[in-house]
Amino acid sequence: MTTATITGRSVANATTATRPRELSRRPRRRENLAGWAFLAPFAIAFAAFLLIPMIIGLYLSLTDQSLAGAGGVFVGLQNYAEALTDGDMWRSLGNTAWFTLISTIPLVALALIMAVLVEQGIPGQWLWRLSYFMPFLLASTVVSQIWIWIFNPQLGAANGLLTSLGLAPVSWLQDPNTAMWSIVIATVWWTVGFNFLLYLAAIQNIPAQTYEAAALDGASTWRQVWSITLPQLAPTTVLVVMLQILASLKLFDQVYQMTLGTGGPGGAVRSIVEYIYDSGFTGYRLGYSAAISYVFFAIVVIVSIAQFRVTRAASRRNG
Amino acid sequence: MATVDLAPRATDLSRRRPHRERKPGEKPFGPGRIIAFAILLLLAISWLVPFLWAVDTAFKSESDAASADQSWIPAGGFTIDAFTKILAAGNVPTWGFNSLVTSVLITAITVAISALAAYAFSRLDFAGRKWLYPVIIAAIIIPPQVLIIPLFYEMLALNLVDTYAGLILPQIVAPAMVFILKKFFDQLPIELEEAARVDGASRFRVFWSIVLPLSRPILASVAIFVFIGAWNNFLWPFLIINDTTLMTLPVGLQTVISAYGVQYAQVMAQAVLAALPLIVVFLIFQRQIIKGVATSGFGGA
Repeated sequence: MTTATITGRSVANATTATRPRELSRRPRRRENLAGWAFLAPFAIAFAAFLLIPMIIGLYLSLTDQSLAGAGGVFVGLQNYAEALTDGDMWRSLGNTAWFTLISTIPLVALALIMAVLVEQGIPGQWLWRLSYFMPFLLASTVVSQIWIWIFNPQLGAANGLLTSLGLAPVSWLQDPNTAMWSIVIATVWWTVGFNFLLYLAAIQNIPAQTYEAAALDGASTWRQVWSITLPQLAPTTVLVVMLQILASLKLFDQVYQMTLGTGGPGGAVRSIVEYIYDSGFTGYRLGYSAAISYVFFAIVVIVSIAQFRVTRAASRRNG
Repeated sequence: MATVDLAPRATDLSRRRPHRERKPGEKPFGPGRIIAFAILLLLAISWLVPFLWAVDTAFKSESDAASADQSWIPAGGFTIDAFTKILAAGNVPTWGFNSLVTSVLITAITVAISALAAYAFSRLDFAGRKWLYPVIIAAIIIPPQVLIIPLFYEMLALNLVDTYAGLILPQIVAPAMVFILKKFFDQLPIELEEAARVDGASRFRVFWSIVLPLSRPILASVAIFVFIGAWNNFLWPFLIINDTTLMTLPVGLQTVISAYGVQYAQVMAQAVLAALPLIVVFLIFQRQIIKGVATSGFGGA
């Protein structure tokens, strides 16, 4: 066996060594074949369920196709023109932007606080990780049901807490002024654990020697957190903020579920994705809904490009 | 893409002791540490109580759950009535089974086709690789929500509405996972593979017997990440499935919110039952799950 292998190897070596380029066409073709064979399953799925739908969507957005099968007449940019003057669409975009702003701040800040404090080596490590991260493993429906119950104006625990503190009860999801905040509270509870983990991973990548040197110089723990941990986490924070903004823009599940598909009192919490859903599946206007999908996609692309520019500028500044 | 550096690094987040030992001269229970402990505890309580309250409600009778006098210990004592009723109705086990089957299939197919594609991009010099890879990476930016309308239209045309295939297939395309896996394969030493090639092993043989065993940790990370996403996915399964017997847990639960609207104990019992499998899995594989989410998270979100 050993000899066979050695012979085989030396022959192969000889082949490649003595005939460097003449045969390059045949191996090249074989490499092509192998490459495409490896790629084929993914490429087919990618084409069928991503590329083609993107094209179908673009085409639909130029027609008056209805979900019931009627329509399908080419209408040019009419759907886009309608979308740009559609007050409900602007309202849902505004709701989404507002949600993104007021959810991203606590979702990043709390995650950072949790991770920095947990990394101080305070006893109870297992408990901290479990309690902060566990909600992330729950399906949106479970999260929504729990919070609908907590926000129940008559029987809910939230108002129970407020009244026990001597405060006036609130209508939470039923009041246009508090509905969005209720969604934000549930969302922060649900997903902060994910950002917490990202921060935890980043903190553990800070070399221990940095802290040891600072400790020798007599720097206090808070001084070290302030002057070492937080600056070292700046690039992570940029990333976490970006991922969070993109995730918050896609708001749908909680809003749809916690308002039972109504968009909240007076549509106060209807998000842009919910508006896509509503116009397509409730209003049956696939064409119009596809156009709004593309408007939303354009916004995501613009935000992503802006973020890319920011990171590139930041990394250039850091050398 | 600054995310690159962070993705393939496997950091063990679940060590009991973090890498930072107590600093010299620091008191074990200085005022700073007591404040830190108090904040952590307050946060932990705030994060645990909503879920514990749901569990508590699930173990109450309907009349106690709906009584104006809410307390942790119900006047009529605890009962498992809500659970018995839910399980007797029979939907939750069916939905759990559907969730399990579809999530496992989505995970297996996604990991398999993404790993094959990633290996091709990492190691094989085939025509089209130069322009195809950027196209796939650029597709990471496309939110699945943008595709729901045309995908549904496509599924109507293919007659896949209300089928497992219609539920599963659109969820197996994960360009971000191809990106993460390619980054990992790029780091593997190529010498082993070259030696095996020289010995006459086929491309697939090299991939199967050398590359995959070396990639177990990253494959596990990706699989965990994909599985959690598939298990909890709501929007697509909600659109494509109308048949109650084919629903997944998250979708099934949504349909009965109105049906059981005022039966709070039963609604909470359903929520707890739906949450249970993943929590149990988490308690067993805490280490791997935390690691998997942290490593795949930057690329996958």
